[in-house]
Amino acid sequence: MKFKIFYILLIISFTNLNASQKIIDSNNIFKNIRCLICQGQSIADSNSDFAQTIKLVVNDKIKEGKTEKEIYEFLIEKYGEWIVYKPPFNFNNSLLWILPYLTFLFGGFLIFLLLKKRANR
Amino acid sequence: MLSNLGNLILFITIFISFSIIYFSIVNLKDEKSVLKKNIYQLCLIQCTLIILTFFILVSAFITSDFSLITVYQNSHTLKPLLYKISGTWGNHEGSLLLWLIILTIFSFLFLVYNSSHPKNYRLYTLITQNFLILGFLFFLIFNSNPFSLLSPTPKEGLGLNPILQDPALAIHPPLLYVGFVGSSIYFSAAISSMLTNYAGKPFAQSIKNWVLISWSFQTIGILAGSIWAYYELGWGGFWFWDPVENASLLPWFAMTALFHSIMVLEKRELFYFWVIILCIMTFILSVTGTFLVRSGILNSVHTFANDPSRGLYILLFLSFLIFSSIFILFRKFQVSNYKINSNSKETFVLINNWFMIFYLISVLIGTVYPIFTEVLTNHKVSVGPPFYNTVIIPLVVLFLIFMSIGPNIRWINNNNINLNLLLKIFFASILINYLIIYFFKSYSLLSNFIIISSIFLIISTFLDLYKSLNKRSFNLSRLTSHLAFGFMVFFIGLNHNFSFEKDFNLKLGEKKEFEDYTIEFENINLEEFKNYKSVIGKFNINNNSKDLNLVLSPEIRIYENPSTLTYEASIRSGLMKDYYITMSNIDRSEFYNIKFQKKPFMIWIWISVIFISLGGLMRLFKNEKKNY
Amino acid sequence: MKKRIIKTSITIFFLFITLVFLIGLNKSSIYDTKDLVGKQLKNIELDNFNENKILRESDLKKNDFLLINFWASWCGPCRREHPTLLKLNRINNLTILGVNFKDKKENAKKFLNELGNPYDILAKDELGKDSVYFGIYGIPESILVDKDLTVIKKFVGPISKNEFNYIVKTVEK
Repeated sequence: MKFKIFYILLIISFTNLNASQKIIDSNNIFKNIRCLICQGQSIADSNSDFAQTIKLVVNDKIKEGKTEKEIYEFLIEKYGEWIVYKPPFNFNNSLLWILPYLTFLFGGFLIFLLLKKRANR
Repeated sequence: MLSNLGNLILFITIFISFSIIYFSIVNLKDEKSVLKKNIYQLCLIQCTLIILTFFILVSAFITSDFSLITVYQNSHTLKPLLYKISGTWGNHEGSLLLWLIILTIFSFLFLVYNSSHPKNYRLYTLITQNFLILGFLFFLIFNSNPFSLLSPTPKEGLGLNPILQDPALAIHPPLLYVGFVGSSIYFSAAISSMLTNYAGKPFAQSIKNWVLISWSFQTIGILAGSIWAYYELGWGGFWFWDPVENASLLPWFAMTALFHSIMVLEKRELFYFWVIILCIMTFILSVTGTFLVRSGILNSVHTFANDPSRGLYILLFLSFLIFSSIFILFRKFQVSNYKINSNSKETFVLINNWFMIFYLISVLIGTVYPIFTEVLTNHKVSVGPPFYNTVIIPLVVLFLIFMSIGPNIRWINNNNINLNLLLKIFFASILINYLIIYFFKSYSLLSNFIIISSIFLIISTFLDLYKSLNKRSFNLSRLTSHLAFGFMVFFIGLNHNFSFEKDFNLKLGEKKEFEDYTIEFENINLEEFKNYKSVIGKFNINNNSKDLNLVLSPEIRIYENPSTLTYEASIRSGLMKDYYITMSNIDRSEFYNIKFQKKPFMIWIWISVIFISLGGLMRLFKNEKKNY
Repeated sequence: MKKRIIKTSITIFFLFITLVFLIGLNKSSIYDTKDLVGKQLKNIELDNFNENKILRESDLKKNDFLLINFWASWCGPCRREHPTLLKLNRINNLTILGVNFKDKKENAKKFLNELGNPYDILAKDELGKDSVYFGIYGIPESILVDKDLTVIKKFVGPISKNEFNYIVKTVEK
């Protein structure tokens, strides 16, 4: 009985999250775009000319129905990969994304070996 | 005059440092186990001289002695006194003196407090530490000398960047330096331990308090930096995964892993070489961080003014440290035979270390990856918050759960984990999470996991607290830090999901209405202060459904020396939430760009971090009491 | 033997890192888009400055080479660059397209009357949005394209003497 309530609550609490996922959050996009003429600020945080222009263009693209990914691809094509804070997952950047998890798995493997030694004795 | 005095004292300090090394080597060969008195005296003189040099520089700043280049470049007669003083270490050259203060003081104090440990171990530590001191002395005197003269003496200085004129930022470097510069002493101790084969429990006892001190201060130092970023930088956030921030976080991960492993080394005589590696890693990460920040190799908000020769020197010093450490390590490394029961506290310490190293590697890779792509492929990439959040946060969930279970496990062998209790706590966490969603707002799947696992940790720790009140073994320090960590993640999770931000343009006299809020741009005032002029906007913020009537006054400050504009946020901090507003002018337009934010639980995030650090200090205090 | 391999690989690893940092020191940390050359500009739509019409690719393919220059009357460095543009205007094979960026018409006209008009074609981008399609992030900025509108070179900031010579050489080939 306890477990049934447990599972029901679990499912209910997770189904509520769908509402906020589908709307494109322009602020989230702004936070991911780098201001090219500032020293380490996103266009969400900067009020420079460049930031304002990009905000206008991004808002236009959202109205046109473009997805977040398409917007980033557009900007990368025009300004290079440096303009987005989340490096796209391509061949060049694969090492960046994979290496941390590889290390994690490697560490886990080492610990597993260490613990296994006891069984062998 | 001050310049000559300063340089003279620095040269004397070089001489003293060489003497310390010389006398230590002589004392090493002495068969008696007594450490010569003159070595103590020389160490005391060494740190006194450095402190004296530091005060000479401070007085130069207070009196605005512009004959010194450093004072000229970083100060101004109109600057408030507090910031004249903090300007001493707010620049590259002055901060190196701060490095030296910590290096020498820790060197002397470690020598004194370790009197119950073998003479040779203490001497080798001293020798290694003095090599570090000499390295920095040479760097300071010959490359980045704060006493360099400027001729003719200018009448006025260039001033200190106004965003650095803030109390949190004034204490941020001293706090951080006790942290990561302090790690130099256990680096030296680790080298010494290998050279003298002084291992196991006694070694752990020798360094454990030093690791705790540096860790606690590092925690508070990082907090001070985040508080400054939140109140002063005006974007409403407190962590940007900027290279300079990451540089302070990397040693923190290593230190956390270290003091947990030291517990195991002390109690069970296990993981000796791993502790050595962590000691070396912490200091090397500290110097790497310094290199990344000061060499200009990375683009960052916080960059110091750049000079390529600095980077070269620090890199050479860093490589020397790395290669000599691994050389000694290769020579001395021995594989040990461990018997570790998988159901024991040692395993959970290993798990802690495993996660800490993962966080460390993730942040390190993210920070230096742009350098590698640029050198190897001539291609520039940015690695920012989305990368770190995506990579790290999912595993924090797992980490929190391990943190809840681990401390209850006994050393060596634990008969059974109380699965029933764990399930009950898990159930309660899900219930509380559901209540939060039901009454407030729902959030992403990942956030659900984060909130649930942080509540899980919080409840488990409270239960621990309750149980241990009845027993004699009361580990208040661990309970405090772990509980505070759980709360910190909990509040950060809620803050992230329940914050909102509205970015809009407004003209004077206009109103903006959205949801239930009305923001009225009532008026603008121009006021003059000692070293700046301020354009202060008055905003009336009303929300009828929440019975909110607030007046906030963000500013645009116009400084002359140096000529900069800063945007000061107006923040109303409360127990439940902060209201945050910034105003910036738009070129060639009558409109002002307004950013209005509501940020829940900010104060509780700060308080949680303070308590994390407090746990470390509590443990330190307990350790010291045990010695009497 | 295994130990030797591990030790050597660790040493080589750290040597590699040190080397990368060493080389990295010499690279500038300031970003620019100068490397984004070789792509073809497509679907160009710019507002004509004077009349109410839209300039498209066909209007721009008059000569073998086209220099697109982004400028404004409120931009100081644009003033300094102006004489160079006037000199470039005299070259036969090169059309110069001026895009007036986030400016007021009257101010732009005054600017050109005062300093001379080097532009064969004049366009305006009042909100600055069109410039994003060209990858512009500051002014003055110029793009040199060939007759197929493939980007040959990008000039960030005022065109320097060396850059001027480069343009002359390229166009006269």
